[in-house]
Amino acid sequence: MNDSSGHGSLPTGDSVRHVTRQQLAETVAGLRDEGYASVLDVTAVDYLEHPGRTDLPPEVAPERFELVVTLISHVAPARIRLRVQVPADDPTVPTLFDLFPGTEALEREVADMFGIVFEGHPDPTRILMPPDWEGHPLRKDFAVGQIPVQFKATR
Amino acid sequence: MSASQVVAQAVSDEAVRRRDDSAVLRIGEDDGERLEAEAGASDTRMIMNMGPQHPSTHGVLRLMLEMEGETVMRSKPVIGYLHTGMEKTAETLTYLQGPTNVTRMDYASPLFSELAFSMATEALLGVAPPPRATWIRMLMCELNRISSHLLFQATNGMDIGAVSMMLYGWREREEALRLLETITGLRMNHNYIRPGGVAADLPDGWRDRVLTLIDALPARLDEFDTLLTGQPIYRERLQGVGVINTAECLALGVTGPILRSTGYAWDLRRDMPYLAYEQVDFDVVVGTYGDCFDRYAIRLNEIRESIAILAQILDQMPPGDYRVQDKKVTPPPRARIDESMEALIHHFKIFTEGFKVPAGEVYAAVESPRGELGCYMVSDGSAVPYRMHIRAPSFVNLQTLPHLMRGGMVADAVAVISSVDPIMGEVDR
Repeated sequence: MNDSSGHGSLPTGDSVRHVTRQQLAETVAGLRDEGYASVLDVTAVDYLEHPGRTDLPPEVAPERFELVVTLISHVAPARIRLRVQVPADDPTVPTLFDLFPGTEALEREVADMFGIVFEGHPDPTRILMPPDWEGHPLRKDFAVGQIPVQFKATR
Repeated sequence: MSASQVVAQAVSDEAVRRRDDSAVLRIGEDDGERLEAEAGASDTRMIMNMGPQHPSTHGVLRLMLEMEGETVMRSKPVIGYLHTGMEKTAETLTYLQGPTNVTRMDYASPLFSELAFSMATEALLGVAPPPRATWIRMLMCELNRISSHLLFQATNGMDIGAVSMMLYGWREREEALRLLETITGLRMNHNYIRPGGVAADLPDGWRDRVLTLIDALPARLDEFDTLLTGQPIYRERLQGVGVINTAECLALGVTGPILRSTGYAWDLRRDMPYLAYEQVDFDVVVGTYGDCFDRYAIRLNEIRESIAILAQILDQMPPGDYRVQDKKVTPPPRARIDESMEALIHHFKIFTEGFKVPAGEVYAAVESPRGELGCYMVSDGSAVPYRMHIRAPSFVNLQTLPHLMRGGMVADAVAVISSVDPIMGEVDR
């Protein structure tokens, strides 16, 4: 769905690349040397309930989580989106902090909301939820409106 | 070395430096007291809390400051006090209800979130809004940029001690909001820009009202110049305070006025045009020193550029539909509902079930007053987004705070927070 040519005001088609967890840091470093000067966004998607994902190329095995890293090049004007499959039984990804320190808060948010652990992250604490919160709200098996009161003082 | 290599080298050097000598206080939210107790009374460093309830923190930002006397050493922004799970909520709202949700994120410039959301939805749908809708969106966004930057002028003035600025900034902003209210029906949280176009056509007399505003504003902005720009106390408080350079900004993912204050001309409106920005003429305002004063001056001059854009929009506003005539996305006209059963069913279906959006994923971004505001959307083919993520500029820009405040006085921390201009609704979402 990235080809939106012909529509004047629609976002230009960003390029998408699928990489493995092991290749992620290396790919980001390579892109940085090509002129991708900034990591704009790090987010994730929980594909637990998505029926029949068809947007993955055949060589990429779908996993429950997908990490989405968006970089921008100011030289070419272009954005590139890296999609990384992260399995549910081992939700760990090496941090990008050493390459782009701006990913610190973004990775903390993903860890907080999805429970994906970033190995080597300098401050692996919760960012939006209280420190003693249990669970990861943006996971698909975290129900809306059925959240028990979880603050220490009320127990 | 090419330009891209220079940038890459600068960014990688910066990354190394950040790891070694950090300005960020990386401790848990509850650890401050414990660490201080361990350090003992003889230690001159103490950890202090600023906020979350403090007028200069622009809402509910809490800062943990490691202080030596009155000097800020390391610090950490603690956020989440306004977190209401809006990205989770978005997964239960249809694409037509979505803008009511995202508009509450950045409450000082709500139309930009609506725009990013609508652009992402339209890209998935493969639907392009008609020209008039595009130009109305530009008109509204520039009006909103003016009101947002006027709000900054007001609060920044008050934070620095120029309290009368609060009144002037608020007065001008109110006039811009009144215009937005005339067009959208609401002062804030408009839900005006929707997938497929805008909610309603411009009302009668809109042209005169916009003209009245943009005729009156330049003189008022000159008054701001008299009151603030040349004022020695004001300059003393801002110049050389909270300095950042381009490499640091790029390494931290910073966009918007903070990046431009370092002399780096990057504005999505000019460099990756969306809507019809390639058809209007405007300047990208940049600073030189990357300090609080540059960030103030950039926002002031961006109001002037927005006024210039508005004048061109008035000349070029095309006639036609204000929303796309695609029956899948757009409800039938009100008059048809009275005479046609099918139109009534169609209307009912769109507002109860919503419309289905083809499966796929997309990222759409706009230049909000605070930087790049992006919407990452995943659709599974149903009538609600499978995942909706807003890349909030304030959230990323907030990471500059420890670097801007390090080594400064605690009174300068107030100037620094103000110059970053974070909107906590957008930070916490």
